[in-house]
Amino acid sequence: MSMPFYASPEQLVRDRSEYARKGIARGRSVVVCTYTDGILFVAENPSSALHKVSEIYDRIGFAAVGKYNEFENLRVAGVRYADMRGYAYDRRDVTGRGLANAFAQTLGSIFIENNKPYEIEVVVAEVGEAASSDQIYRLTYDGTVGDEDGFVAIGGQADAVSASLKEAHTAGQSLSDALASAVAGLRAGATAGNGEARPLTDDTLEVAVLDRTRPGRKFRRISGPALVALLPQTP
Amino acid sequence: MAHDPHGTGRLPAHFLTPGSSSFHEFLAAVNPDLLPGRHGAGELPVVPTDAVRHGTTIVAVTCAGGVVMAGDRRATMGNVIAQRDIEKVFPADEFSAIGIAGAAGVAVEMVRLFQVELEHYEKIEGNTLSLDGKANRLATMIRGNLAAAMQGMAVVPLFAGYDPDRDEGRIFSYDVTGGRYEEHSFFAVGSGSVFARGALKKRYSDDVAPDAAVRLAVEALYDAADDDSATGGPDLTRRIFPVVATVTAAGYQRFAEDDLSALVESVLAARMINPGG
Repeated sequence: MSMPFYASPEQLVRDRSEYARKGIARGRSVVVCTYTDGILFVAENPSSALHKVSEIYDRIGFAAVGKYNEFENLRVAGVRYADMRGYAYDRRDVTGRGLANAFAQTLGSIFIENNKPYEIEVVVAEVGEAASSDQIYRLTYDGTVGDEDGFVAIGGQADAVSASLKEAHTAGQSLSDALASAVAGLRAGATAGNGEARPLTDDTLEVAVLDRTRPGRKFRRISGPALVALLPQTP
Repeated sequence: MAHDPHGTGRLPAHFLTPGSSSFHEFLAAVNPDLLPGRHGAGELPVVPTDAVRHGTTIVAVTCAGGVVMAGDRRATMGNVIAQRDIEKVFPADEFSAIGIAGAAGVAVEMVRLFQVELEHYEKIEGNTLSLDGKANRLATMIRGNLAAAMQGMAVVPLFAGYDPDRDEGRIFSYDVTGGRYEEHSFFAVGSGSVFARGALKKRYSDDVAPDAAVRLAVEALYDAADDDSATGGPDLTRRIFPVVATVTAAGYQRFAEDDLSALVESVLAARMINPGG
């Protein structure tokens, strides 16, 4: 291997960011937003086996876009982190903020130290006892963390999806309203991406909630007939 | 928490290494001090039985479409009743139950680890282990406790669950070496198990309805408490009753206190007339 020429830190970070962003831009989007009883995850995902949305712990859910093997790696690490903490201390001592911090540090050091950064964006969401304590964190490939209010979109067309959600999302909306606005957002994103809307049906959507009214583990997937019943009727 | 060699707060390499879906194996690699029964095993002398709490009798009875598990509420230290209201029957996950007899401290820790083990697998893999798979994981954990068992800290759990592949309840018993044995119809473990099993042998019939199986289990615990000093009977003065749970296709359900109170009183009323049941 030849010695690289000198590259300034600015150049290095810019190159890596550009590389990661390109990778993420190829993927489809994911929406995470609050509704009256908790937090809703909606991903455009034609695969029913390779999940983009999953459970980390009692109150904590995970959503990701980008390279599957990379975010799967981070997800497994998150489950291990949460289960280890919950076992060593107590289940209540596992928090979304703690997990978001650990992910941020991990992504940050991978961004600088590894040969290539992870081409992923991640959301860590924690449902609280009341709507006021719901938390949604967005993490990017370089370890940047943002504490989002109400909703967040990640993935290829995140800006277009966010713009649509900004109009449609209101605090305290019902699950079906939240789902309708999330699907409308994803449709706006798909249209902005390649000009034509892909069909967003129960087959191509991955939907899950963190439902604060459930006892114990709050995470629940919604699929099949339950999802069809919840989806807005007009295509 | 596991060490962080870089001091950056990033998750250590172990966390990001692909591989096992087992939390037990992960813990053994990253933080073995947290494993149940691991402290000083092999170095300490035999622990006298009156120095640690012991759980006593657990019974399990299969019924139509599932299985019932029940445990008395007593823990002993030698001849002393250490606790009157200990709970020894737990949900292992949505479709299985675990009851513990033996050294209570290690056993409770083992149950906690087993619960995390099953949940961990489910989260990582996206589906649940088969009932046999769960039973085998538990066997591995008990085997890991063998050194402590030899020093008097034996844990002998009883595992039962609903098997969706067969649509029936199944029971597994263990010995301290991690030997796993499938039991049919009913089984009991702990100091009063001989008497409980004798009682069940006389009363059990195939495909008993869940409600009747609950009564059988409560009767068996009564008989165990009748003849074994370490097993606690129903305590009407303090309203402490056995923990009874059913596991069916609807999942793990603990029998409600009010229903149990009525059932226990009816069992006791029958015994007033015929003390031998």
